[in-house]
Amino acid sequence: MEGAWEIAFVLFQVWLSIVVGLIVLPAMFGVSLGFTDIYIKVLVKTLEVKAFLLLCLVSFQIHNVLSGIIEKDDGSMEEEIGELRRSHPKNLAGGDFTMCDAFYFCKKGIENIVEDQVTQRFTSEELASWNLLTRTNNNFRYISVRLTIIWGLGVFIRYCILLPLRITLAVIGLSWLVIGTTLVGLLPSCNAKNWLSDLVHITCYRICARGLSATIRYHNKENRPKKGGICVANHTSPIDIVILANDGCYAMVGQVHGGLMGVIQRSIVRSCPHVWFERSEMKDRHAVAKRLKDHIADKTKLPILIFPEGTCINNTSVMMFKKGSFEIGGTIYPVAIKYDPQFGDAFWNSAKYNMVSYLLRMMTSWAIVCNVWYLPPMTRQDGEDAVQFANRVKSAIAHQGGLVDLSWDGGLKREKVKESFKEEQQKMYSSMIVGSDFHEASVGPA
Amino acid sequence: MGSTNSTLLKIPNVEVLMQETGFSPAHIIRLHDRFKALDKEGRGHLCPQDFGAIKELAMNPIGDRIIGAFFSPGKEMVDFHTFVKILAHFRPVDKDRPKEPNSPELINSRSNKLKFAFQLYDQDKDGKISRDELLKVLRAMLGMQVTEEQLESIADRTIQEADLDRDDAISFEEFRKSLEKVNIDHKMSIRFLR
Repeated sequence: MEGAWEIAFVLFQVWLSIVVGLIVLPAMFGVSLGFTDIYIKVLVKTLEVKAFLLLCLVSFQIHNVLSGIIEKDDGSMEEEIGELRRSHPKNLAGGDFTMCDAFYFCKKGIENIVEDQVTQRFTSEELASWNLLTRTNNNFRYISVRLTIIWGLGVFIRYCILLPLRITLAVIGLSWLVIGTTLVGLLPSCNAKNWLSDLVHITCYRICARGLSATIRYHNKENRPKKGGICVANHTSPIDIVILANDGCYAMVGQVHGGLMGVIQRSIVRSCPHVWFERSEMKDRHAVAKRLKDHIADKTKLPILIFPEGTCINNTSVMMFKKGSFEIGGTIYPVAIKYDPQFGDAFWNSAKYNMVSYLLRMMTSWAIVCNVWYLPPMTRQDGEDAVQFANRVKSAIAHQGGLVDLSWDGGLKREKVKESFKEEQQKMYSSMIVGSDFHEASVGPA
Repeated sequence: MGSTNSTLLKIPNVEVLMQETGFSPAHIIRLHDRFKALDKEGRGHLCPQDFGAIKELAMNPIGDRIIGAFFSPGKEMVDFHTFVKILAHFRPVDKDRPKEPNSPELINSRSNKLKFAFQLYDQDKDGKISRDELLKVLRAMLGMQVTEEQLESIADRTIQEADLDRDDAISFEEFRKSLEKVNIDHKMSIRFLR
């Protein structure tokens, strides 16, 4: 009995030293032993081979993400209703309404029932060909013995080999973060403290990145965010923080949480200033803006990292940027993050999965492969208000990342559409019916 | 081919559905995917809230009426068959399908499209659009942008133009007559890309 425990203990020690020696230490020094690269290359080859096999074996139904299912008329409300009325004799007295006007709204409504622009952004992207993860193929069915064997092998590799490895790394990374930052926090303020704090942060995030088998390619490193600035990026998942922090140190902004997150938050704020808000403070926009302004005014503090969409979007598009971050002033450093969906779906659908099941899904994917582009810094120009500035930054990010630029609010994921949208439609229609002449006639001198 | 058939097999009575509505297998599959996407809780049927979750529909001035068209009076659930049958009203008219004299009228005939639009106005389904019902639709489409008097005068004029038997309401026949020159096929049809 005791013999079994001893053996288990020895095995565990061996395992730990392998992990530390081959993965953690190189990660901390930013050195790559090349394992991840080889792994990715093997994955790509396998998936290519599998795709070829599939094409040979059976004709596969391919879902194309960007093309719609129905043909939409792109005309404006005026054009469409005008066409409807062309055949109808017009009588201008008493307002310009015809019963066929309702057809326009009816058709638009039915079109939206069949297909709409917004709902599809909050579910995971469909892939053109299957990547051997059942979670990405909604219609998984038995296609062939060979494919099922390959898939089974994939499950074994992912759950029995990769998952324990990744969990070990994540645990090591996070404990190192908490312990390291607490220790650094004990030092008095000095340059050495800042240097050590940066070191602890980067090494921890690098370990975490290894824990997700993340391969990140950074482009245009010369545009990397500098101190006293605000870094702005599109949001797909909480992992975005790990991705960005692998290549630079940022001050995080967010709400104070309880539990494990709270522990991490409290310890990292000891070694360098982050901006954590209580829930009650978040409601007061001026207080929030002031704290952020004070932070960026101090040029020794790290650049702030903000995700202006406010929620996770599925990485096919960029949704409305909330103007709050763009009102503070300072230099904005936009960053575009694009994940390669072939290796694993990084989108966090918070309605479907909680944080823990999401992380488990991440750790049982093949890998996380993504590209990060640093864009040239932008500042608000004269005559430009916060909303226009936000849209300008958003377009730049969408363009660089190859994402669709939408003006819908990501908050629509949870909230109902504001009444003002409906009112706008009503206003547009009523101006066609009633027009300015009629308004004047009715509001005329009493 | 393999994947197409197995999805179709999951839908009960799909052959009958395709024959009644005229949708192709590919269209049925696409609509089935959409039905499942709207049915977030996987119950197998849709309720008014599922439709209400479509943002662009929520901002449509007559969105509620369109949603109401899917639910028969008293029913709070729509199954896939009913969903497809209602959407079939908006299939483009098959110009090359020969008119068989004894076959039942197609769901997407000009007349049925008009009937669908008529019921958006005629909410109490008594076969006539009363002045009151017309006022309600106008209020929905125009919101607070116009005054009560303007609405009433618009309603009066519309009824005056269309009401041929002078009963102060618009029957379906009068509705049809007043719209006989409108290209219903184009304006009340949705084309599937594939």
